[in-house]
Amino acid sequence: MDFLNALVAFTNFVIVPASAYGAQLAIGALGVTLIYGILRFSNFAHGETMAFGTMVVLLVTGLFQQWGISLGPLPTALLALPFGIAAAAALVLFTDKTVYKFYRRVKAAPVMLVIVSMGVMFMMNGILRMIIGTDDRRFADGERFIIRARDFKEWTGLSEGLAIRTTQVLTIVVALITVALLFWFLNKTRTGKSMRAYSDNEDLALLSGINPERVVMITWLVVAALATVAGTLYGLDKSFKPFVYMQLLLPIFASAIVGGLGSPLGAIAGGFVIAFSEITLTYAFKKVVTYLGPDGWSPDGLVQLLSTDYKFAVSFAILIIVLLFKPTGLFKGKSV
Amino acid sequence: MIEVRDLHMHFGGFRAVDGASLTIEKGTITGLIGPNGAGKTSLFNCIAGVLTPTSGHVFFDGEEITGMKPHNLFHKGILRTFQIAHEFHSMTCRENLMMVPAGQHGETLWNTWFGRKRIADEERALRAKADEVLEFLTIEHISDLKAGEVSGGQKKLLELGRTMMVDAKMVFLDEVGAGVNRTLLYTIGDAIKRLNVERGYTFCMIEHDMDFIKQLCDPVIVMAQGSVMATGTADEIMSNEQVIEAYLGTGVKNKKKESAS
Ligand SMILES: Nc1ncnc2c1ncn2[C@@H]1O[C@H](COP(=O)(O)OP(=O)(O)OP(=O)(O)O)[C@@H](O)[C@H]1O
Ligand SMILES: [Mg+2]
Repeated sequence: MDFLNALVAFTNFVIVPASAYGAQLAIGALGVTLIYGILRFSNFAHGETMAFGTMVVLLVTGLFQQWGISLGPLPTALLALPFGIAAAAALVLFTDKTVYKFYRRVKAAPVMLVIVSMGVMFMMNGILRMIIGTDDRRFADGERFIIRARDFKEWTGLSEGLAIRTTQVLTIVVALITVALLFWFLNKTRTGKSMRAYSDNEDLALLSGINPERVVMITWLVVAALATVAGTLYGLDKSFKPFVYMQLLLPIFASAIVGGLGSPLGAIAGGFVIAFSEITLTYAFKKVVTYLGPDGWSPDGLVQLLSTDYKFAVSFAILIIVLLFKPTGLFKGKSV
Repeated sequence: MIEVRDLHMHFGGFRAVDGASLTIEKGTITGLIGPNGAGKTSLFNCIAGVLTPTSGHVFFDGEEITGMKPHNLFHKGILRTFQIAHEFHSMTCRENLMMVPAGQHGETLWNTWFGRKRIADEERALRAKADEVLEFLTIEHISDLKAGEVSGGQKKLLELGRTMMVDAKMVFLDEVGAGVNRTLLYTIGDAIKRLNVERGYTFCMIEHDMDFIKQLCDPVIVMAQGSVMATGTADEIMSNEQVIEAYLGTGVKNKKKESAS
């Protein structure tokens, strides 16, 4: 019984949240990795792109709520998602046309593009603050839980409860659909294959008649969709706060690099590696240990390896370890 | 068919191509030879749009194509292979060939979702075509291997195969024969000849193997130090004092340098 309680506590506080967070990081990292593979630079404005798409989703959700449109138990934000994607797509295409295109034409070094993307990041950040401010906002509506802790305790008779939120399940489901669509697109469609070809060997792709501007445009569209989906899922799960998305950049980049930059499969694996490490290392195991230990005994401390304040340090540490021992990442991306 | 007029390609202060002028007549297999570092590959890169020349002009059928982007040249029917074989390493050899014919139906996002039947037909035709080319090059056994994992010579054959996937007009071959075994070299030679006669491809090929050149090429252009030194039939070139001396000369010079150091 105590063992089961320990397991439930662990599932409740580590496995479930880490799976949801992992899925969010994975989709975010997919966007970063696609940009890296095809446009060949690390896009620091990716966090802001996510925030921008999510902001539009949030605003449209507000409108729908006013009009009384809803999806019943599911969050209204799902309905607003296409609008967010369209807005994010318009934004990145606009930045590409006004900013990145120039640097592509003069064949700027990747390092220069990284700096440029930081500039874009600050611009986008300013725009976000102007439109929506810096407040914390919740926009998840509909049914909050699929399984409530109290109900779970009643069903099972365990003293430990398991709560699964709608947004967590939704995150996983939407992530699965998104990834399936993306892989089908990259591997089975002609357009997707041109993107892969361009990522494999730019010179040869050009000489095979692939139009680089088209590939770049489609990449941005796909990236805008991924960024908005990732941002919205994160915002639904936690809350929407523009500044948080800038901080998310670290775990997202860590995921992409750990998995191997330029490798979509790697980005997904990396997302889960980072999420599980971060949450496991910062979780206070006191409860779990108490259940597992002898009756009536409980540890003095929290049994927490790292305080939650250090959660970003985890990404950083994993990043460094991977770069030291396997610079191309787990799935053999381009070395950085 | 191709006319190059006073072309210059400078890398910093270094003149890789230094005032080269030449014409490639329609329907010929023109050879391009010259010592290492003569600027042959650089010249190809300028014509094929990989590099933008420092100055000078390139014409294709009378139309100026200087500095045009490679994908636009591709659509005009100008193709090239790379001296150091390039490939889409994460795709199979067959997929590598199937990537070539651009402007297909499946290329627009709309059709990706709504024109599935036509795309499927197109894919099937392409696949058959790719298999035919692979068989022709006697490398059908590597069809399903990742192109990044096959041997250097096989990559070279794949390069040649790429030019056979579409109806090209003008094909630039940069040492297709290098690193390919003898028997296969003759097969490649035959392939080039057949493409030339049956499909009317015009070729310009860089090659170091004089036997191979002699078999296939007429005329032959000799490049040295970035410009054209002589033009003529293979026999004329081989008995041209100046050419012999240029080759010998560089050889002797190198030897002198070696012994001096
Ligand atoms: N991107 C570059 N930057 C600087 N120098 C270059 C570049 N590409 C070529 N060169 C120089 O230009 C010269 C001509 O090179 P090129 O590759 O055209 O020679 P080549 O005639 O093809 O020789 P080979 O027979 O060895 O292939 C060489 O000395 C090379 O060092
Ligand atoms: Mg060369």
